[in-house]
Amino acid sequence: MSTTSLTDRLGSLLMAPVHLLMRIIDIPLRAVQKATGIGGMAAVFLAPNMLIFGIFVLLPLVINFVYSMTGGTAFFLSERNFVGAEQYQRLFTCTNYLDPMSCQEDAFWTAVGNTFWFVVLQVTLMIGVSLITALILNRDLAARSFWRAVFFFPVLLSPVVVGLIWKWILQRQGLLNFGLYQFGIEPYTWLTDRNWTFIATIGVSIWAHMGLYTLILLAGLQAIPKDLYEAAEMDGTKPARVFRRITLPLLAPNLLVVVVLALIKAVQIFDEVYVLTGGGPGTSTLYLTQYIYETGFASALRNPGLAAAASILMGLVLVVLTLIQLGIGQRGEKKGKR
Amino acid sequence: MGVASRFILRRRGGKSWHWTDVVTWVWLLGGLIIMFGPAVWLAFSSFKTPAALAEFPPSILPYVTSQATVQGYDKPLQLFEAKMPDGSTKVLAEVRRIGLVAQMVDPKAPGEIVRVNIGDRTPVRSVSFATENYTTPFTQFDFLRYLWNSVFVTVTATLITLIVNSMAAFALSKYEFRGRSLAMLIILATLMVPLSVIMVPLYSIISSLGLFNNLWGVILPTVATPTGVFILRQYMLTIPDELIDAARMDKASEWQIYWRIVLPLTAPALAVLAIFSVVWRWNDFLWPLIVLSRRELYTLQVGLSIYSGELNVQWHFILAMTVVTMIPVVLVFIFLQRFITTGIAGTGLK
Amino acid sequence: MGEITLTKIKKSFGAVDVLKDIDLDIKDGEFIVFVGPSGCGKSTLLRTIAGLEKVTGGEIEIDGKRVNEVSAADRGLAMVFQSYALYPHMSVRQNLAFGLENSNMPKAEVADRILEAARMLEIEAYLERRPGQLSGGQRQRVAIGRAIVRRPTAFLLDEPLSNLDAELRVSTRAELAALHARLGSTMIYVTHDQVEAMTLAHRIVVMRAGKIEQVGTPLDLYNTPANRFVAGFIGAPHMNFLAGEVAELETGTATLATAGGHRLLVPFSGHSLSVGDKLTIGIRPQHITLANDPGSLKVKVRLVEALGSETVIHADLNGEKLLAVVPGQKLISPGDEAHLSVAGAPLHLFDRNGLRVKGS
Repeated sequence: MSTTSLTDRLGSLLMAPVHLLMRIIDIPLRAVQKATGIGGMAAVFLAPNMLIFGIFVLLPLVINFVYSMTGGTAFFLSERNFVGAEQYQRLFTCTNYLDPMSCQEDAFWTAVGNTFWFVVLQVTLMIGVSLITALILNRDLAARSFWRAVFFFPVLLSPVVVGLIWKWILQRQGLLNFGLYQFGIEPYTWLTDRNWTFIATIGVSIWAHMGLYTLILLAGLQAIPKDLYEAAEMDGTKPARVFRRITLPLLAPNLLVVVVLALIKAVQIFDEVYVLTGGGPGTSTLYLTQYIYETGFASALRNPGLAAAASILMGLVLVVLTLIQLGIGQRGEKKGKR
Repeated sequence: MGVASRFILRRRGGKSWHWTDVVTWVWLLGGLIIMFGPAVWLAFSSFKTPAALAEFPPSILPYVTSQATVQGYDKPLQLFEAKMPDGSTKVLAEVRRIGLVAQMVDPKAPGEIVRVNIGDRTPVRSVSFATENYTTPFTQFDFLRYLWNSVFVTVTATLITLIVNSMAAFALSKYEFRGRSLAMLIILATLMVPLSVIMVPLYSIISSLGLFNNLWGVILPTVATPTGVFILRQYMLTIPDELIDAARMDKASEWQIYWRIVLPLTAPALAVLAIFSVVWRWNDFLWPLIVLSRRELYTLQVGLSIYSGELNVQWHFILAMTVVTMIPVVLVFIFLQRFITTGIAGTGLK
Repeated sequence: MGEITLTKIKKSFGAVDVLKDIDLDIKDGEFIVFVGPSGCGKSTLLRTIAGLEKVTGGEIEIDGKRVNEVSAADRGLAMVFQSYALYPHMSVRQNLAFGLENSNMPKAEVADRILEAARMLEIEAYLERRPGQLSGGQRQRVAIGRAIVRRPTAFLLDEPLSNLDAELRVSTRAELAALHARLGSTMIYVTHDQVEAMTLAHRIVVMRAGKIEQVGTPLDLYNTPANRFVAGFIGAPHMNFLAGEVAELETGTATLATAGGHRLLVPFSGHSLSVGDKLTIGIRPQHITLANDPGSLKVKVRLVEALGSETVIHADLNGEKLLAVVPGQKLISPGDEAHLSVAGAPLHLFDRNGLRVKGS
């Protein structure tokens, strides 16, 4: 007989009630299995997940469309009146689409404009930085996993913590001013400056998320067979050319996935910005999700219908992006099979 | 040492430094400072008193100025090191300041007032950790409550996620049935429906279920993650079907097969999902912000954001609570980082 | 008791018919082997008997009771899988106990049965180990042990030896035969290896493309294969097939002409042949000798494999391949001309449809 260790015994003691519970669950499920056969059990296993999906994802998705065609401030559908496309009309009423101030719903167009520039700049810069980092990490480094972890660290932090960390650094008495002070630059209140807050939200979100994309790109780089590089070296190919002709083309699928993934996340930017700037000063860092949140819940003049309409428009953008991502994934899978 | 440093500082050009080596090391060391620096700075700051926090230029370590109670004065007086006219230095307590001159007394001989030019005195300071930044929010504010709420939400949501997702993954990986691809498609489609798109109607559903201002209202919408189903299904596909046939021959019911055979064998993937889920739920912000409006129900994230958004921000408390909020994630990072990074690199999911 | 009767078993996956009207009676205590090339449906047939697959048509009876609707768990059968399918997270003991616990057997009896099976299979020493810590042969024993403790009405074995190396396979084969003799229960065994089938079976079921080609004792199949497929499948190396034609018919003898103008005399007492019929003549390589007699075939030697105890000659007979296995060591090399004699060899005649010619 083997000797059972104390931890084993303790473990089985702790698991005893769980085992009992599972046995009790088994009794009715056995009856179900008897009645429906093995195939019927698939439905039983799928049911809880599908139920939760249905209630908390699919149902809201459908209701959202109804919502966007109703008006008033009430949240219960029965208390809302049908207004047709009025909410959409309101969103799209503009004398000049390039000037948010000329629109009826100026905050929406401001948020759209801000989000657009945020997405363009943040994704471009972040993927650039991530790619450089991944290339550097892919070199013959000692302690590569340590360095990889360094860049990954902020990814795990909560957006609220990220917002607070940087809010603290960008304070008037903060670390940034302290650093600049060493070079004789006077302290500045960064978070009250329209331009600087916008730049800050981009910088902070790059800081917080680049580790994830670095990780995916690094995995892609490491999947490129080493012998290709060796062959190129035998041919005397210049490093720049190796990068352009071997690394980039072979990394392209990963790069594309990463770009789309980053786009999807950037469009929805909210948490860390909300904590860092609250959307301000003014509306300089008001992004779409915050617009939806405030229109739907926070402001005194809340209009859930309008928020629903705006969220559907945002959803459309995300659907397009996700379909592109799935398309890339599918193509990659087919290639893999071949 | 020589060998070690040569190994760590391996270079492309052999002995000499190629420009790419310089770039690499500048980038890596810069990254080290930029990635960890802010959090470390925050952690150091969290031990400072409000007075020290207001200082500029700031010090790195938390200093407090020393004070002394001097006979004849009600309040404690601040201690300074003053340069005396004769060139010696003396520790004096400041009584009051008039223009550029400070009236000071020697704590040992409190009778005599000494006038010192303010340029000739420096405060006496010592390193001291303001641990009350940590204890006060827990004892006098609701932060202990918030911490408990966060832990409850995280643990409960993770457990339900693991059970519900693994059941669905089992059905989708080990059974042939009509509508399987439809189910897969629906789950896939929900990847496209982030919270920000459905928050308005979801709120109304939560309210009509009576889950507004209820922690279950925070938990339930998050537990049927498509990502979780995918990770687990992918893993379960690698479990041989013969094992399940064997269990069926062994008179096991389908539930027993799930619970006694498939679940234990999926442990590695369950662990990955558990880690992800803990981090996700601990960090969740927007949805709790919407569902929870009563102070005693806030999670740490919501509590922090509300307190930091107040006009009169009490940074010393906020910083300390931010550190507390960071702790579980830092622990996950230190002990499970490798697990997560390989998990993400393998699936491309987060 | 372990009598299994299959009547008109049909099984299709979508539009693909995997089993077509299988009829079979398996007697109690019989060791029956399903053999055939991969994809012939033998494993599917086993799984339908087990209850792991539902039949599309037909009836399965165990001891006279229809079990079509009875689940795998309740048919009272035990199965040994090709991959052994041991539960990797359980010790050997737990693996053996799992099925018994599921039928709520008292603990003492579970322990007794495990001990008994462990002794029989000599796996007592590693009852507390996990399958991952065992060698392939040990795992195989555990897999059999898991079936034995159940005391099933019949054992179903799905290519249980295919994951073992050649040497172990031979010894385990012998042990399996001994085990069957000891337990005396019905065993249904699936393999694609005809040597396993020949050595183990009371009766062999040869299958091809979802149909049973022939059922019989190993020697039945060897001596009187019902068709060309069975003839080619049973016996190693494969039977030689030569194209031929009926040249003359006399009472008791038929004279066949082969492509090269050779004439072979075959004892024949039926009425199913007439002069001019095209036939296939089957000759086992072991029945060919190296000799120069009047009826011998003149061939060109292509390749010689000297195995020491015997010599395998690959020869060319007017463009047709001919394989001969002759005992002993022969001084012969590729390129040589040789005379191969089939005098006295049993010749198997198959008609155009590949069926054995009656009376031959």
